[in-house]
Amino acid sequence: MTVTKGNEPGTELADQNLVTLTVDDVEVSVPEGTLVIRAAELIGVEIPRFCDHPLLAPVGACRQCLVDVPDAGNGRGFPKPQASCTLPVSPGMVVKTQVTSPVADKAQHGIMEFLLVNHPLDCPMCDKGGECPLQNQAMSHGQGETRFTEKKRTYPKPLAISSQILLDRERCILCARCTRFSEQIAGDPFIAMAERGALQQVAIYENEPFSSYFSGNTIQICPVGALTSSSYRFRSRPFDLVSTPAVAEHDACGAAIRVDHRRGKVVRRLSGDDPEVNEEWISDKDRFAFTYARQADRLTRPLVRDPETGALEPASWPAAFLAAARGLAAAAATSGVGVVTGGRLTTEDAYAYAKLARTVLGTNDIDFRARPQSAEEAEFLAHAVAGSGLGVTYRDLEEATKVVLVGLEPEDEAATIFLRLRKAWRTNGTQVVAVASHATRALEKVGGQLVRTIPGDEAKALGEAGLAPGTIVLLGERLARVEGAFTTALAAASRSGARLAWVPRRAGDRGAVEAGCLPNLLPGGRPVADAEARADLAAAWGVASLPGEPGRSTDDILAAALAGEIGALLVAGVEVDDLADPQAALDAVDAAGFVVSLEVRASAVTERADVVLPVAAVAEKAGSFVNWEGRRRPFEAVIPVPHALPDTRVLAGIAEAAGHDLGFRTPEAAAAELAEVGVWDGARAPKPEVVPGRAPRTDPSEVVLDTWRRLIDDGRGQDGDRHYQATARPSVALLSSATARAFGVREGEEIVLRTDRGAVAVPAGIADIADGVVWTPANSNGLSLLGILGAAYGAVVTVERSVPADEADALSGPPHPHVPTEEDEQ
Amino acid sequence: MATLKEQLWDPIAGFGVTFRTMFKKPVTVQYPFEKRPTAPRFHGRHQLNRWPDGLEKCIGCELCAWACPADAIFVEGASNTEDERFSPGERYGRVYQINYLRCILCGLCIEACPTRALTMTNEYELADTSRESLIFEKSDLLAPLLPGMEQPPHPLRLGDDERDYYSGQAAARAVAEGSVAAGPGGEQ
Repeated sequence: MTVTKGNEPGTELADQNLVTLTVDDVEVSVPEGTLVIRAAELIGVEIPRFCDHPLLAPVGACRQCLVDVPDAGNGRGFPKPQASCTLPVSPGMVVKTQVTSPVADKAQHGIMEFLLVNHPLDCPMCDKGGECPLQNQAMSHGQGETRFTEKKRTYPKPLAISSQILLDRERCILCARCTRFSEQIAGDPFIAMAERGALQQVAIYENEPFSSYFSGNTIQICPVGALTSSSYRFRSRPFDLVSTPAVAEHDACGAAIRVDHRRGKVVRRLSGDDPEVNEEWISDKDRFAFTYARQADRLTRPLVRDPETGALEPASWPAAFLAAARGLAAAAATSGVGVVTGGRLTTEDAYAYAKLARTVLGTNDIDFRARPQSAEEAEFLAHAVAGSGLGVTYRDLEEATKVVLVGLEPEDEAATIFLRLRKAWRTNGTQVVAVASHATRALEKVGGQLVRTIPGDEAKALGEAGLAPGTIVLLGERLARVEGAFTTALAAASRSGARLAWVPRRAGDRGAVEAGCLPNLLPGGRPVADAEARADLAAAWGVASLPGEPGRSTDDILAAALAGEIGALLVAGVEVDDLADPQAALDAVDAAGFVVSLEVRASAVTERADVVLPVAAVAEKAGSFVNWEGRRRPFEAVIPVPHALPDTRVLAGIAEAAGHDLGFRTPEAAAAELAEVGVWDGARAPKPEVVPGRAPRTDPSEVVLDTWRRLIDDGRGQDGDRHYQATARPSVALLSSATARAFGVREGEEIVLRTDRGAVAVPAGIADIADGVVWTPANSNGLSLLGILGAAYGAVVTVERSVPADEADALSGPPHPHVPTEEDEQ
Repeated sequence: MATLKEQLWDPIAGFGVTFRTMFKKPVTVQYPFEKRPTAPRFHGRHQLNRWPDGLEKCIGCELCAWACPADAIFVEGASNTEDERFSPGERYGRVYQINYLRCILCGLCIEACPTRALTMTNEYELADTSRESLIFEKSDLLAPLLPGMEQPPHPLRLGDDERDYYSGQAAARAVAEGSVAAGPGGEQ
C-alpha cells in the first residue's frame, strides 16, 4: 500500500512537567498540556479522528474522538463523552476509550452515523477511495448498515476553487483541516467555512481563487475526498502506486517528499514527514512540478555532431563517450576546457564533475553558478560555507529571537523556510526583518518588519537591521549582485554574534559547493590556493598533483571561450536565460571549438553542442542534495529509465574513454569516495574583503530593478502541467506612488521596461516600495528579464509609459522588444 | 500377504466396470464441430455493459482490478467533460484491459463492480496464438450496440444527471419509450 516510513514526533519526556493519568486502565505519564488523544496513542490506543492533526491547533470540529472520562482528575467525571482531541490531560485523570468503554464506543458509532448522513456513497468515483480515513474508520468504528433513508444533501460538483484544487462539498465532513491549515500554517486564508448548520460548507471568497503556494497540502490532509487535484484526478488508486521517499528538487530546502509512480510514470507527489526539515508540508511546486522529465523534448539517445553534414546524429554510448573524450582531451592539452555545471546536480554528480575537471581536464575552470555571480561570493562560499557542515537549522530558525532576511524572499525562493518562519513567529514570537525594497505578502505573513533599501544598498542597510547574539541572518544568492554584501554580513555577524546562513535557490547549489564545483574550491571545502589542501586531496585521489591556479568563474569561462582562450566547454544542465548575459553565453558556446552537453531535455546549449549525452532526471537516479542547512538529503531512484544514465556514470565513461579512471561509476561509489575524502580541517580560505558598493545612480527616466523568480513561474522544471501553471500569479511591475507619479503611470496601466537589449511591457502596480525602484518577477508569464532585457537584480532599466496602439509599430524596431499581446497570454 | 479376495475376486470386479461401460452411451462431444451450451452462470469472457442509450456503465473505479487475485485487469479512469461524455457522472474508464493469460475467470471482479458494468458472458473460446491478442482492450470487451444505443461520447439521453441513471429511472424511461431516440428527443 502507500505507507512509508515516517519519523514519529519525538517524545522527549525528560525535564518536563509530567502528568500521570490512566487511559484504558493503563497508567501513562505525559508532558503537561498533552491532549488525551495523544496520551492514548502512547499506550497504543488509536482513537478515531478526522479534524485532529498534530501540527494544527485543536478545534474539536468532527467529534469523532469522543471518549468517556469517569474522572477528570478532580474526582468528578464528565457526564457525557468528551472530545479527546481538545481535552488536555490532568493529574489523576481517568480516560476510557472505545477499547474499554461501551459508552465511548457507542458515542463514536453515533458520530460516524451522523457524519455519513450527507456523505455520498461515491467511493468508487472518489480519488481518496482506498486511502480514505473516513472509509477506513467507517469500517472500524461504524455500523455496517445505514439507517438513513432520506434524501442526501447534494451540491454541484466538483467546484474548482483554483485551477489545481477541486472542491467536492458533498463529501466534506467539516473537519476544518484545510481552512485551519490555510489560516495557521500557510497564512493564506482564502478558504473559509460559510453558511451554518446542515448547509455549512467550505467556500472561497467571491471572485477570489484559492491562491496559495501551499494549497496542495490541503488535499493531502483532507480526511475525505472533498479536496482533490486536477492533475491526479481519477489517475490511479493507492494499490496501483509504488511509493518511494524522495527529496524535492526544486529549491534548496531539501523537503522530504513521497513520489508515487505507476507503470514507470510518476503520477503524484506528496509531502513526506520530516520534523527536522519540512514537517509535513511542501509547496505546490514540490508537489505538482514533476512532469518536466517526460516532455516531448526529452533527450533519449546520445547525439554526436557529424563532421560532414554538421547535424547531430544519434550515436551509441561508447561512440559518444569516445567523441567527447577525444574533443575534451585535445582541448585540455592545448587551450583548456571550461566546465559549467548549473545548480541542479546531485552532490555525487557535482563531485564527478569536480574530479573530472581536476584530474582528467587538469583545470580549475569549473563553476556551478549558472546565474549572475561575483568573485566575492566565491570567496564567501570558500570561507564561510564549504565544508562547514550542519550550520543554522530549521530548528534554529524556529527558536531564534530574530531572523534577518537579506536578498531572500522566503515564500518564492525557499518555501519551507517561509513556513518555518511563520511557525517561529506564531509560536515563539520570532522577529523577522527583511532588508528589501518592499514588504512582500510573505513578510506580512511572518509578522515581519522591513528595513527599506534600494537593490545595491543592502550592505549599508544591514547595519540598521539590529543584529545581536541569537539573531540569524539568511543571505540569498541575489547578494552576488551586491558589491560588499557578503563582506559586510560577515563583519556584522562576527561583531554582533549573529549567525549566518547562505540560502541558494537551487537544490544542487550547496552540494556543488561541498563537492568543489567552484574555481577556488576543491571538494570538502579545500581552498585551491592552499598547497597543503591540494596535496591532501591529490593523495586521496592518488594523483601526482592538482592544478594550483585558481580557475575562472562561469562568466569568465564563457568570456574566455568567446575570446578563444578556452577551446572546449563541458556544460551540464544550464539554461542560458539564467546566465548574466544569455546572448554572450550563446555566442561563447558557438565560439568554443568543442562543446559537450549533458542534459535531460533539449536546450539552446544542446542545439549547439558537438556531443549531447542524455542524463537521468532526478527521479531516475539515486543521489543526494545538500540543503541550505548543510544537511545531506539522500534519495533513491524512483523509476529506472534504461536510456538515461546519471551524470556520474557518463563522466566516468568519458574519463575511461580518455584513458583515465575516475575512481567510481555509480552515484553510490561517488558518495562513498566523497565521504572518504572528507572535509578539510586545515586553514579556511580567507574572508572576502570587498568595499561595500552603493545602489546605482539613476537618471530621471531610469529606475533600479528589483526582481526575483516567483515560486511558480516559467522555469523549465515546471513544464507540462497546465493546471499547475495556471496557478502562477500574474505579472506586475510594482512602483511606489511617487515613482508612478513621476512617470505619469496609473495602477493597471502597462509600462515598458527597457534596456539596450530589449523591452518588456508589464501592468503597473502601486505598492509601498522604495522610490526609484521597480519590482517585477524575473521569469513569469513568458517574460524572462535576463533573456529579454539582460537585466538582473540591481540593474538599471528605463521606464516608459506604454505607447498607444497606433505607435506600437515604432516599438518593434530593433532592439527587439517583447511586448506581450493577448495571443501570447493564451 | 494379499488375501484370497484380493487375488481372485478384485481383478474380475475391476474388469467388470470396463465391461459394463462398453454398453453405455459415450459422453464424448465432437467439439469444435458440436458445441454444447454452458451452464447459464458459467464464467466466460467478460463484457463491459452499456446503459440503454449506449453510454458506458464503467466508471473506471478500478475496484475490479483491486479485487482481481491474478492481477489481470488494468484500468485507468479519466474525467468526462461536457463535450466528451462516455458514462453518466464525472468519471469513466479511459483504459480498460483484461489479460486473459492471467485471468482465472473466478468472477471476483464482477462481484466487485459497483455499477454492474462488468459481467461475464458464457463465451469460453479464449485461445489464440499470441500474447498480445489475449490482452483484451476496452473496445474488445464493450457490449455491442443494441438498437437504440448510440456510440459514446454523447450527452445523457435518459435523464438529467447520473442519479437518474443509477436510481433506475433511466432504464424505466428507455422501456417506456421502447427505444431511445438518437436525435434531440432524448435530451432534456
